[in-house]
Amino acid sequence: MKHARVLYRQQVFDATERDGQLQLANGERVGFDAVQWLPPLAPTPRPRTVLALGLNYADHAKELAFKPPSEPLAFIKGEASFIGHQQRTVRPHGVGFMHYECELAVVIGRPARRVRRDDAYDFVRGYCVANDYAIRDYLENWYRPNLRVKNRDTCTPIGPWLVDAADVHAQYGSPEALDLQTTVNGRVTQRGNTRDMIFDVPTLIEYFSSFMTLNPGDVILTGTPDGVVDCQPGDEVITTIEGIGELVNHIVAAAPSDDDTR
Amino acid sequence: MNASPLPIHGTVYGVLLNSAAEWQATEPLMHEPPYKAPPQAPVLYIKTANTWSANDTAIALPRGVGEVEVGATLAAVMGTQGHVRGFVLLNDWSLPHSVDAQGFYRPPVKSKCIDGFLGVGANLWPAADLPEPNAHTLTVRINGALSQTVDLAQMRRPWPALLAAVSEFMTLQAGDVLMLGLDVLREGPRAGRRPLARAGDVVEVSCPGVPGLGVLRHTLVQEAA
Repeated sequence: MKHARVLYRQQVFDATERDGQLQLANGERVGFDAVQWLPPLAPTPRPRTVLALGLNYADHAKELAFKPPSEPLAFIKGEASFIGHQQRTVRPHGVGFMHYECELAVVIGRPARRVRRDDAYDFVRGYCVANDYAIRDYLENWYRPNLRVKNRDTCTPIGPWLVDAADVHAQYGSPEALDLQTTVNGRVTQRGNTRDMIFDVPTLIEYFSSFMTLNPGDVILTGTPDGVVDCQPGDEVITTIEGIGELVNHIVAAAPSDDDTR
Repeated sequence: MNASPLPIHGTVYGVLLNSAAEWQATEPLMHEPPYKAPPQAPVLYIKTANTWSANDTAIALPRGVGEVEVGATLAAVMGTQGHVRGFVLLNDWSLPHSVDAQGFYRPPVKSKCIDGFLGVGANLWPAADLPEPNAHTLTVRINGALSQTVDLAQMRRPWPALLAAVSEFMTLQAGDVLMLGLDVLREGPRAGRRPLARAGDVVEVSCPGVPGLGVLRHTLVQEAA
Protein backbone atom coordinates (compact mmCIF):
# COMPACT_ATOMS: atom_id res chain seq x y z
CA MET A 1 0.00 0.00 0.00
CA LYS A 2 1.06 3.59 -0.63
CA HIS A 3 0.62 5.95 2.31
CA ALA A 4 0.53 9.73 2.30
CA ARG A 5 -0.06 12.58 4.74
CA VAL A 6 -1.97 15.51 3.39
CA LEU A 7 -3.48 18.79 4.41
CA TYR A 8 -7.10 18.97 3.25
CA ARG A 9 -9.49 21.71 4.35
CA GLN A 10 -7.02 22.84 7.04
CA GLN A 11 -6.82 19.36 8.54
CA VAL A 12 -4.02 16.84 8.42
CA PHE A 13 -5.05 13.38 7.23
CA ASP A 14 -3.36 10.07 6.79
CA ALA A 15 -4.29 8.78 3.36
CA THR A 16 -3.66 5.90 1.04
CA GLU A 17 -3.60 5.67 -2.72
CA ARG A 18 -6.76 4.13 -4.18
CA ASP A 19 -7.50 3.97 -7.92
CA GLY A 20 -5.50 7.11 -8.70
CA GLN A 21 -7.08 9.06 -5.85
CA LEU A 22 -6.44 9.64 -2.17
CA GLN A 23 -8.50 7.72 0.34
CA LEU A 24 -8.47 9.88 3.47
CA ALA A 25 -8.59 8.34 6.94
CA ASN A 26 -12.07 9.87 7.44
CA GLY A 27 -13.42 7.91 4.49
CA GLU A 28 -13.49 10.75 1.96
CA ARG A 29 -11.90 10.19 -1.41
CA VAL A 30 -10.23 13.20 -3.05
CA GLY A 31 -8.07 13.93 -6.07
CA PHE A 32 -4.31 14.39 -5.88
CA ASP A 33 -4.71 18.07 -6.75
CA ALA A 34 -7.20 18.75 -3.95
CA VAL A 35 -4.65 18.50 -1.16
CA GLN A 36 -1.38 19.93 0.03
CA TRP A 37 1.09 17.06 0.31
CA LEU A 38 3.10 16.71 3.53
CA PRO A 39 6.08 14.44 4.12
CA PRO A 40 4.54 10.92 4.31
CA LEU A 41 5.93 10.32 7.79
CA ALA A 42 3.89 9.97 10.96
CA PRO A 43 5.04 12.22 13.84
CA THR A 44 7.48 10.63 16.25
CA PRO A 45 7.57 11.13 20.05
CA ARG A 46 11.16 12.36 19.89
CA PRO A 47 12.82 14.16 17.00
CA ARG A 48 13.29 11.85 14.08
CA THR A 49 16.84 10.84 13.25
CA VAL A 50 17.52 11.55 9.60
CA LEU A 51 20.73 9.92 8.44
CA ALA A 52 22.03 10.74 4.99
CA LEU A 53 24.78 9.29 2.89
CA GLY A 54 27.36 11.11 0.83
CA LEU A 55 29.20 9.51 -2.06
CA ASN A 56 27.24 6.25 -1.87
CA TYR A 57 27.19 5.63 -5.62
CA ALA A 58 30.54 4.94 -7.22
CA ASP A 59 29.76 7.05 -10.29
CA HIS A 60 28.71 10.09 -8.24
CA ALA A 61 31.84 9.81 -6.09
CA LYS A 62 33.86 9.86 -9.29
CA GLU A 63 31.81 12.78 -10.61
CA LEU A 64 32.78 14.76 -7.52
CA ALA A 65 36.39 13.61 -7.81
CA PHE A 66 36.39 11.50 -4.68
CA LYS A 67 37.54 7.96 -4.37
CA PRO A 68 34.75 5.75 -3.04
CA PRO A 69 34.69 5.70 0.77
CA SER A 70 35.72 2.56 2.64
CA GLU A 71 33.14 3.28 5.34
CA PRO A 72 29.76 5.00 4.88
CA LEU A 73 30.11 8.79 4.78
CA ALA A 74 27.15 9.74 6.93
CA PHE A 75 25.72 13.05 7.98
CA ILE A 76 22.62 14.01 9.91
CA LYS A 77 19.79 16.33 9.02
CA GLY A 78 17.06 17.89 11.10
CA GLU A 79 13.58 16.78 10.11
CA ALA A 80 12.56 20.44 9.76
CA SER A 81 14.25 20.51 6.36
CA PHE A 82 11.60 18.08 5.00
CA ILE A 83 8.79 19.31 2.78
CA GLY A 84 6.17 17.36 0.84
CA HIS A 85 5.45 16.55 -2.78
CA GLN A 86 4.55 19.47 -5.06
CA GLN A 87 6.04 22.05 -2.67
CA ARG A 88 8.56 24.82 -3.25
CA THR A 89 12.27 24.78 -2.52
CA VAL A 90 14.11 28.06 -2.11
CA ARG A 91 17.25 28.87 -4.07
CA PRO A 92 19.26 31.57 -2.22
CA HIS A 93 20.37 34.65 -4.12
CA GLY A 94 23.81 34.77 -5.59
CA VAL A 95 24.68 31.08 -5.49
CA GLY A 96 26.24 29.31 -8.45
CA PHE A 97 25.50 25.63 -7.97
CA MET A 98 22.39 24.23 -6.34
CA HIS A 99 21.60 20.65 -7.30
CA TYR A 100 19.00 18.00 -6.57
CA GLU A 101 19.88 14.52 -5.36
CA CYS A 102 17.38 11.76 -6.11
CA GLU A 103 17.60 9.29 -3.23
CA LEU A 104 15.88 6.18 -1.96
CA ALA A 105 14.66 6.94 1.58
CA VAL A 106 14.40 4.02 3.99
CA VAL A 107 11.95 4.43 6.88
CA ILE A 108 12.61 2.33 9.97
CA GLY A 109 9.69 0.33 11.37
CA ARG A 110 10.89 -0.97 14.73
CA PRO A 111 13.76 -0.30 17.10
CA ALA A 112 16.98 -1.49 15.53
CA ARG A 113 20.04 -2.09 17.68
CA ARG A 114 22.94 -4.23 16.49
CA VAL A 115 20.98 -5.65 13.62
CA ARG A 116 22.72 -8.15 11.39
CA ARG A 117 22.74 -7.50 7.69
CA ASP A 118 20.72 -10.64 6.99
CA ASP A 119 17.90 -9.48 9.28
CA ALA A 120 17.94 -5.83 8.29
CA TYR A 121 14.87 -5.80 6.05
CA ASP A 122 12.74 -6.93 9.02
CA PHE A 123 13.32 -3.47 10.50
CA VAL A 124 12.18 -1.48 7.47
CA ARG A 125 8.71 0.07 7.47
CA GLY A 126 8.82 1.30 3.92
CA TYR A 127 10.43 3.43 1.26
CA CYS A 128 10.01 6.94 -0.13
CA VAL A 129 11.60 9.09 -2.78
CA ALA A 130 13.63 11.98 -1.37
CA ASN A 131 15.39 14.87 -3.01
CA ASP A 132 18.31 15.94 -0.85
CA TYR A 133 19.23 19.31 -2.37
CA ALA A 134 22.73 20.68 -1.87
CA ILE A 135 24.08 24.17 -2.39
CA ARG A 136 27.69 23.60 -3.18
CA ASP A 137 28.71 27.26 -2.83
CA TYR A 138 28.41 26.83 0.93
CA LEU A 139 30.61 23.74 1.25
CA GLU A 140 33.31 24.07 3.87
CA ASN A 141 35.73 21.37 4.96
CA TRP A 142 34.55 21.25 8.56
CA TYR A 143 32.15 18.41 9.37
CA ARG A 144 31.59 18.32 5.61
CA PRO A 145 28.96 18.28 4.20
CA ASN A 146 28.10 21.07 6.61
CA LEU A 147 24.58 21.97 7.63
CA ARG A 148 24.52 25.21 5.67
CA VAL A 149 24.77 23.04 2.55
CA LYS A 150 22.51 20.21 3.66
CA ASN A 151 20.07 21.30 6.34
CA ARG A 152 18.33 24.28 4.83
CA ASP A 153 14.63 25.00 5.18
CA THR A 154 12.62 23.55 2.24
CA CYS A 155 15.63 21.73 0.82
CA THR A 156 14.59 18.12 1.44
CA PRO A 157 11.40 17.21 -0.44
CA ILE A 158 10.20 13.70 0.42
CA GLY A 159 7.21 11.71 -0.83
CA PRO A 160 4.64 11.61 -2.24
CA TRP A 161 4.31 8.11 -0.77
CA LEU A 162 5.60 5.89 1.92
CA VAL A 163 5.39 2.53 0.17
CA ASP A 164 5.11 -0.53 2.41
CA ALA A 165 8.37 -2.47 2.46
CA ALA A 166 6.42 -5.71 2.03
CA ASP A 167 5.01 -4.48 -1.28
CA VAL A 168 8.42 -3.47 -2.62
CA HIS A 169 9.99 -6.71 -1.50
CA ALA A 170 7.11 -8.75 -2.98
CA GLN A 171 7.29 -7.01 -6.32
CA TYR A 172 11.02 -6.44 -6.73
CA GLY A 173 12.60 -8.92 -4.30
CA SER A 174 14.41 -6.04 -2.56
CA PRO A 175 14.96 -2.32 -3.11
CA GLU A 176 18.36 -3.13 -4.56
CA ALA A 177 17.61 -2.95 -8.28
CA LEU A 178 15.33 0.04 -8.75
CA ASP A 179 15.81 2.61 -11.48
CA LEU A 180 16.22 6.22 -10.36
CA GLN A 181 15.70 9.21 -12.58
CA THR A 182 15.58 12.97 -12.30
CA THR A 183 14.12 15.35 -14.84
CA VAL A 184 14.46 19.13 -14.90
CA ASN A 185 11.65 20.75 -16.88
CA GLY A 186 11.02 17.41 -18.56
CA ARG A 187 14.60 16.75 -19.61
CA VAL A 188 16.29 13.69 -18.09
CA THR A 189 19.42 14.82 -16.27
CA GLN A 190 20.11 11.96 -13.86
CA ARG A 191 19.77 8.22 -14.26
CA GLY A 192 20.92 5.43 -12.02
CA ASN A 193 19.98 2.22 -10.33
CA THR A 194 20.00 1.36 -6.64
CA ARG A 195 22.11 -1.71 -7.45
CA ASP A 196 25.07 0.66 -7.80
CA MET A 197 25.03 1.75 -4.16
CA ILE A 198 28.41 1.22 -2.55
CA PHE A 199 26.73 0.39 0.77
CA ASP A 200 23.32 -1.20 0.24
CA VAL A 201 20.32 -0.87 2.55
CA PRO A 202 21.04 -3.91 4.77
CA THR A 203 24.68 -2.87 5.12
CA LEU A 204 23.68 0.64 6.15
CA ILE A 205 21.21 -0.63 8.75
CA GLU A 206 23.84 -2.97 10.15
CA TYR A 207 26.43 -0.16 10.20
CA PHE A 208 24.31 2.50 11.89
CA SER A 209 22.65 0.14 14.35
CA SER A 210 26.08 -1.07 15.46
CA PHE A 211 26.53 2.16 17.43
CA MET A 212 23.15 3.89 17.54
CA THR A 213 19.62 2.66 18.03
CA LEU A 214 17.39 3.42 15.08
CA ASN A 215 13.81 4.06 16.11
CA PRO A 216 10.49 3.75 14.27
CA GLY A 217 10.12 6.65 11.88
CA ASP A 218 13.85 7.29 11.56
CA VAL A 219 14.97 7.79 7.98
CA ILE A 220 18.06 6.84 6.02
CA LEU A 221 18.66 8.76 2.80
CA THR A 222 20.84 6.40 0.82
CA GLY A 223 22.74 8.74 -1.49
CA THR A 224 22.51 9.73 -5.12
CA PRO A 225 24.02 8.55 -8.42
CA ASP A 226 25.83 10.50 -11.12
CA GLY A 227 24.16 13.37 -12.95
CA VAL A 228 23.58 16.42 -10.79
CA VAL A 229 23.03 19.75 -12.51
CA ASP A 230 22.35 23.29 -11.35
CA CYS A 231 18.69 24.26 -10.85
CA GLN A 232 17.22 27.71 -11.23
CA PRO A 233 14.08 29.42 -9.93
CA GLY A 234 11.15 28.32 -12.06
CA ASP A 235 12.54 24.84 -12.65
CA GLU A 236 10.32 21.84 -12.08
CA VAL A 237 12.41 18.99 -10.71
CA ILE A 238 10.93 15.48 -10.69
CA THR A 239 12.79 12.73 -8.87
CA THR A 240 11.47 9.25 -9.59
CA ILE A 241 12.25 5.81 -8.24
CA GLU A 242 10.77 2.72 -9.84
CA GLY A 243 7.95 1.32 -7.71
CA ILE A 244 8.28 4.05 -5.06
CA GLY A 245 6.96 7.21 -6.67
CA GLU A 246 7.45 10.41 -8.54
CA LEU A 247 8.31 13.40 -6.37
CA VAL A 248 7.63 16.80 -7.93
CA ASN A 249 9.34 19.93 -6.65
CA HIS A 250 9.46 23.56 -7.78
CA ILE A 251 12.45 25.84 -7.32
CA VAL A 252 11.72 29.43 -6.32
CA ALA A 253 13.95 32.42 -5.67
CA ALA A 254 14.52 33.54 -2.09
CA ALA A 255 12.62 36.58 -0.95
CA PRO A 256 15.00 39.53 -0.54
CA SER A 257 14.65 39.25 3.24
CA ASP A 258 15.87 35.63 3.07
CA ASP A 259 19.17 36.66 1.57
CA ASP A 260 21.95 34.30 2.61
CA THR A 261 25.02 35.42 0.76
CA ARG A 262 27.07 37.10 3.41
CA MET B 1 15.92 4.74 27.31
CA ASN B 2 15.19 6.69 30.49
CA ALA B 3 11.86 6.98 32.18
CA SER B 4 12.37 10.45 33.65
CA PRO B 5 10.98 13.27 31.57
CA LEU B 6 13.48 15.54 29.86
CA PRO B 7 13.09 19.30 29.44
CA ILE B 8 13.91 19.08 25.72
CA HIS B 9 11.77 17.88 22.81
CA GLY B 10 13.28 19.05 19.54
CA THR B 11 16.36 18.55 17.43
CA VAL B 12 19.59 19.25 19.33
CA TYR B 13 22.27 21.20 17.47
CA GLY B 14 25.86 21.59 18.64
CA VAL B 15 28.53 23.96 17.35
CA LEU B 16 32.21 23.18 16.90
CA LEU B 17 35.00 25.74 17.29
CA ASN B 18 32.92 28.41 18.98
CA SER B 19 35.35 28.56 21.88
CA ALA B 20 38.15 31.07 21.25
CA ALA B 21 40.62 28.74 22.95
CA GLU B 22 39.60 25.83 20.73
CA TRP B 23 39.82 28.05 17.66
CA GLN B 24 43.29 29.14 18.70
CA ALA B 25 44.41 25.55 19.22
CA THR B 26 43.01 24.58 15.82
CA GLU B 27 44.14 27.59 13.83
CA PRO B 28 47.61 26.30 12.85
CA LEU B 29 45.95 23.49 10.89
CA MET B 30 43.06 25.45 9.42
CA HIS B 31 44.83 26.13 6.14
CA GLU B 32 46.20 22.60 5.82
CA PRO B 33 44.50 19.75 3.99
CA PRO B 34 41.84 18.55 4.27
CA TYR B 35 40.48 21.78 5.79
CA LYS B 36 42.27 24.31 3.55
CA ALA B 37 40.54 27.35 5.06
CA PRO B 38 39.01 28.46 8.37
CA PRO B 39 35.25 27.91 8.59
CA GLN B 40 33.06 30.89 7.78
CA ALA B 41 29.61 29.74 8.93
CA PRO B 42 28.97 28.08 12.31
CA VAL B 43 30.12 24.45 12.17
CA LEU B 44 27.04 22.61 13.37
CA TYR B 45 26.23 19.01 14.18
CA ILE B 46 23.20 17.15 15.49
CA LYS B 47 22.84 15.01 18.60
CA THR B 48 20.17 12.49 17.66
CA ALA B 49 17.45 11.49 20.13
CA ASN B 50 19.02 8.09 20.82
CA THR B 51 21.81 9.97 22.60
CA TRP B 52 19.66 11.63 25.23
CA SER B 53 20.45 10.60 28.81
CA ALA B 54 18.52 11.99 31.75
CA ASN B 55 20.32 13.37 34.79
CA ASP B 56 21.71 10.89 37.30
CA THR B 57 21.87 7.92 34.97
CA ALA B 58 24.66 5.66 33.81
CA ILE B 59 26.14 6.09 30.35
CA ALA B 60 27.64 3.03 28.72
CA LEU B 61 30.95 3.24 26.91
CA PRO B 62 30.83 0.95 23.90
CA ARG B 63 33.04 -2.13 24.00
CA GLY B 64 36.60 -1.25 23.16
CA VAL B 65 36.21 2.42 24.12
CA GLY B 66 38.43 3.40 27.01
CA GLU B 67 37.98 7.16 27.20
CA VAL B 68 35.41 9.73 26.15
CA GLU B 69 35.49 13.50 25.88
CA VAL B 70 33.41 15.56 28.27
CA GLY B 71 31.49 18.33 26.49
CA ALA B 72 29.95 20.58 29.12
CA THR B 73 27.79 23.35 27.76
CA LEU B 74 24.75 25.47 28.26
CA ALA B 75 22.11 25.24 25.55
CA ALA B 76 19.18 27.38 24.51
CA VAL B 77 15.76 25.77 24.14
CA MET B 78 13.70 27.53 21.51
CA GLY B 79 10.12 28.62 21.94
CA THR B 80 7.84 29.79 19.19
CA GLN B 81 8.69 32.40 16.57
CA GLY B 82 12.39 32.58 17.26
CA HIS B 83 12.00 33.32 20.96
CA VAL B 84 14.02 31.44 23.52
CA ARG B 85 12.18 29.57 26.24
CA GLY B 86 15.11 28.89 28.44
CA PHE B 87 18.45 27.29 29.00
CA VAL B 88 19.52 23.82 30.07
CA LEU B 89 22.82 22.17 30.97
CA LEU B 90 24.04 19.56 28.51
CA ASN B 91 26.98 17.22 28.47
CA ASP B 92 27.84 16.46 24.86
CA TRP B 93 29.88 13.27 25.19
CA SER B 94 32.01 12.28 22.29
CA LEU B 95 34.56 9.70 21.28
CA PRO B 96 37.87 11.57 21.13
CA HIS B 97 38.43 13.16 17.75
CA SER B 98 40.85 15.92 16.92
CA VAL B 99 41.75 18.38 14.23
CA ASP B 100 45.21 16.91 13.66
CA ALA B 101 43.85 13.39 13.04
CA GLN B 102 41.49 15.01 10.51
CA GLY B 103 38.63 14.33 12.90
CA PHE B 104 36.91 17.64 12.12
CA TYR B 105 36.69 16.97 8.39
CA ARG B 106 33.69 14.64 8.26
CA PRO B 107 30.48 14.84 10.32
CA PRO B 108 31.00 13.31 13.77
CA VAL B 109 28.17 10.78 13.54
CA LYS B 110 30.15 7.82 14.78
CA SER B 111 31.80 9.77 17.60
CA LYS B 112 28.80 11.77 18.82
CA CYS B 113 25.61 9.83 18.05
CA ILE B 114 26.27 6.79 20.21
CA ASP B 115 23.36 5.71 22.42
CA GLY B 116 23.32 7.74 25.63
CA PHE B 117 25.97 10.27 24.56
CA LEU B 118 24.07 13.46 25.45
CA GLY B 119 23.51 14.22 29.10
CA VAL B 120 20.47 16.45 29.52
CA GLY B 121 20.01 18.60 32.60
CA ALA B 122 16.82 18.20 34.58
CA ASN B 123 15.94 21.88 34.79
CA LEU B 124 14.95 24.36 32.12
CA TRP B 125 15.92 27.80 33.44
CA PRO B 126 13.66 30.54 32.03
CA ALA B 127 15.31 32.81 29.48
CA ALA B 128 13.86 35.85 31.21
CA ASP B 129 15.96 34.98 34.26
CA LEU B 130 19.15 34.54 32.26
CA PRO B 131 19.51 37.61 30.06
CA GLU B 132 23.25 37.12 29.55
CA PRO B 133 23.94 33.40 29.31
CA ASN B 134 27.50 34.02 28.14
CA ALA B 135 28.31 35.88 31.34
CA HIS B 136 28.58 32.57 33.17
CA THR B 137 31.10 29.82 33.68
CA LEU B 138 30.45 26.09 34.02
CA THR B 139 32.44 23.71 36.11
CA VAL B 140 33.21 20.10 35.30
CA ARG B 141 34.05 17.80 38.19
CA ILE B 142 35.30 14.27 37.72
CA ASN B 143 34.98 12.14 40.85
CA GLY B 144 34.62 15.35 42.82
CA ALA B 145 37.81 17.02 41.57
CA LEU B 146 37.58 20.16 39.45
CA SER B 147 38.58 19.17 35.92
CA GLN B 148 37.56 22.13 33.79
CA THR B 149 36.10 25.60 33.94
CA VAL B 150 34.14 26.45 30.83
CA ASP B 151 34.17 30.16 30.16
CA LEU B 152 31.11 31.02 28.12
CA ALA B 153 32.31 34.62 27.87
CA GLN B 154 35.01 33.64 25.39
CA MET B 155 32.68 32.11 22.80
CA ARG B 156 33.40 33.64 19.40
CA ARG B 157 29.71 33.93 18.65
CA PRO B 158 27.97 34.60 21.96
CA TRP B 159 24.23 34.38 22.34
CA PRO B 160 22.28 35.75 20.45
CA ALA B 161 24.86 36.33 17.66
CA LEU B 162 25.15 32.55 17.37
CA LEU B 163 21.41 32.21 16.88
CA ALA B 164 21.48 34.93 14.24
CA ALA B 165 24.32 33.23 12.34
CA VAL B 166 22.50 29.90 12.38
CA SER B 167 19.17 31.48 11.43
CA GLU B 168 20.76 32.83 8.27
CA PHE B 169 20.44 29.38 6.74
CA MET B 170 17.99 27.36 8.81
CA THR B 171 15.03 28.03 11.07
CA LEU B 172 15.11 26.57 14.54
CA GLN B 173 11.70 25.13 15.39
CA ALA B 174 9.90 25.45 18.71
CA GLY B 175 11.55 22.92 21.00
CA ASP B 176 14.82 22.79 19.09
CA VAL B 177 17.98 23.15 21.13
CA LEU B 178 21.17 25.02 20.26
CA MET B 179 24.33 24.60 22.33
CA LEU B 180 26.32 27.73 23.15
CA GLY B 181 29.57 25.91 22.46
CA LEU B 182 31.99 23.49 24.11
CA ASP B 183 35.30 24.58 25.57
CA VAL B 184 38.77 23.07 25.80
CA LEU B 185 41.30 22.75 28.60
CA ARG B 186 43.72 25.67 28.94
CA GLU B 187 46.72 23.85 30.38
CA GLY B 188 48.28 20.48 30.96
CA PRO B 189 48.93 17.69 28.47
CA ARG B 190 45.46 18.08 26.96
CA ALA B 191 45.56 21.85 26.55
CA GLY B 192 43.42 22.76 23.56
CA ARG B 193 41.32 19.62 23.94
CA ARG B 194 38.39 18.50 26.02
CA PRO B 195 38.72 16.62 29.31
CA LEU B 196 38.58 12.85 29.18
CA ALA B 197 36.67 10.48 31.43
CA ARG B 198 36.56 6.70 31.66
CA ALA B 199 34.41 3.90 32.99
CA GLY B 200 33.76 4.26 36.70
CA ASP B 201 34.05 8.04 36.67
CA VAL B 202 31.28 10.24 38.01
CA VAL B 203 31.15 13.44 35.97
CA GLU B 204 29.26 16.51 37.15
CA VAL B 205 28.50 19.70 35.26
CA SER B 206 27.14 22.75 37.01
CA CYS B 207 26.80 26.49 36.59
CA PRO B 208 27.81 28.15 39.89
CA GLY B 209 26.15 31.43 38.90
CA VAL B 210 22.82 29.73 38.18
CA PRO B 211 22.27 27.03 40.81
CA GLY B 212 18.73 26.60 39.52
CA LEU B 213 20.08 24.78 36.50
CA GLY B 214 20.96 21.95 38.85
CA VAL B 215 23.92 19.62 38.75
CA LEU B 216 24.10 17.35 35.72
CA ARG B 217 25.60 14.09 36.88
CA HIS B 218 26.42 10.87 35.06
CA THR B 219 28.33 7.73 35.87
CA LEU B 220 30.27 6.10 33.07
CA VAL B 221 30.09 2.33 32.88
CA GLN B 222 31.65 -0.10 30.49
CA GLU B 223 29.14 -1.76 28.24
CA ALA B 224 28.70 -5.42 29.13
CA ALA B 225 30.48 -7.78 26.77
